[in-house]
Amino acid sequence: MNTPAPLVEFADVSYSVGGREILRDLSLSMQPGEKLILLGRSGSGKTTALKLVNGLLFPSRGQVLVEGKPTTEWDSVRLKRRTGYVIQEAGLFPHFTVAANVGIVPKLENWPAERIDARVSELLTQVGLDPAEFAARFPRQLSGGQRQRIGVVRALAANPALLLLDEPFGALDPVTRLELQRQFQSLQTTAIFVTHDVREALLLGTRVGLLRAGALEFLGSPAKFLQSQGQEARAFLEVLGAAHVV
Amino acid sequence: MWFELQDLTLEHIVLVVIAMLIATGIAIPTAIWLTRRTAWHRWVLGLANILQTIPSLALFGFLIPIPLIGGIGKRTAIIALVLYALLPVLRNTLVGILGVDAGVRESAVAMGMTARQVLWQVELPLAARTILTGVRVATVTTIGTATIAAAIGAGGLGVFIFRGIASVDSGQILMGAVPAALMAILADEGLGWIERRFAPA
Repeated sequence: MNTPAPLVEFADVSYSVGGREILRDLSLSMQPGEKLILLGRSGSGKTTALKLVNGLLFPSRGQVLVEGKPTTEWDSVRLKRRTGYVIQEAGLFPHFTVAANVGIVPKLENWPAERIDARVSELLTQVGLDPAEFAARFPRQLSGGQRQRIGVVRALAANPALLLLDEPFGALDPVTRLELQRQFQSLQTTAIFVTHDVREALLLGTRVGLLRAGALEFLGSPAKFLQSQGQEARAFLEVLGAAHVV
Repeated sequence: MWFELQDLTLEHIVLVVIAMLIATGIAIPTAIWLTRRTAWHRWVLGLANILQTIPSLALFGFLIPIPLIGGIGKRTAIIALVLYALLPVLRNTLVGILGVDAGVRESAVAMGMTARQVLWQVELPLAARTILTGVRVATVTTIGTATIAAAIGAGGLGVFIFRGIASVDSGQILMGAVPAALMAILADEGLGWIERRFAPA
């Protein structure tokens, strides 16, 4: 049986800054269509791992390959436009309207104006925001949940091969958060999603990677994660248990 | 008398406009360059700070004997005015650009914007209001300082003031001081309006 080429591959990747090792010998690969969740405490290196994929950072040792090519050999701008990127608080441009925010990468890619408009309307509708009402608004005129939705669809606008999300729903109230998680589940896209929320990881992931102090402690399906006997995995699963007790 | 007022007012405006155009032309690109070179901040801002602490009359005096740029007249005056106007524009441009939210800048880079696109589409528009404030402050100061330029033969409204002091004639002093003050107020209001109109907070 032929397995398709991995979309992203970490090959013995380490990353240090100022003599401190943030990531250590990380190896994993992911196929198109997967939703890989990187779970870990603050400072476990998960954000760093994410930034190594789109070339915001480069490995100190080892290689990160995207579509079979090391990130160091990619044209920096091309690589970033192949990958959508969403951060907490969305990082929307405050001086751009919603439509301009969502249309930014297609515009950078020189799409014709009417194609951009159509794409923006399509995406806004997809996440339940009426284009007629929201396209002309500025980010400060939106709720936190709406801003985050715009952040996600902005990253999707130019049909990237891969979506990278760094705790995108971290700052939202629990109800809005669940709504957005459900919307994310319905997206047909390959994604690496960073979170410290074990519930979110189990809900959204097709695979979960657990990072502890820069090393991958577990990598497998959510079902396997639930049975993991690893120390850090148990620590995270205890949070779930505690939630049930409450 | 009125013709002279008109001429000197015009001369004053020309001094200020030329000095401000040169100063912003130097300060804004320098500040942009500095945003990428943190180690230089202290030195460049320190130098601009020192320039600003030199009393204006002394600075005009210092420049006179310097070959090529010195001498009596408009050129020397404009150079001194430019040196004074540098700091507010330089500092505000730097602060404005460095103050752009880190998440917004990171998003811009991660979106695949080139360094030039990040600068023109994100950093400068978001820093515009702070930069314009620097230009406004510098312009108002320059209008005041330019009255002293008359001391080295550069003309402008200072001519009335120095003549009035020499002949102990308050009327003459006011002929220079009142229009200069009005000009400063108008510049402050006008540039303030542009700030609010084109660079909403």
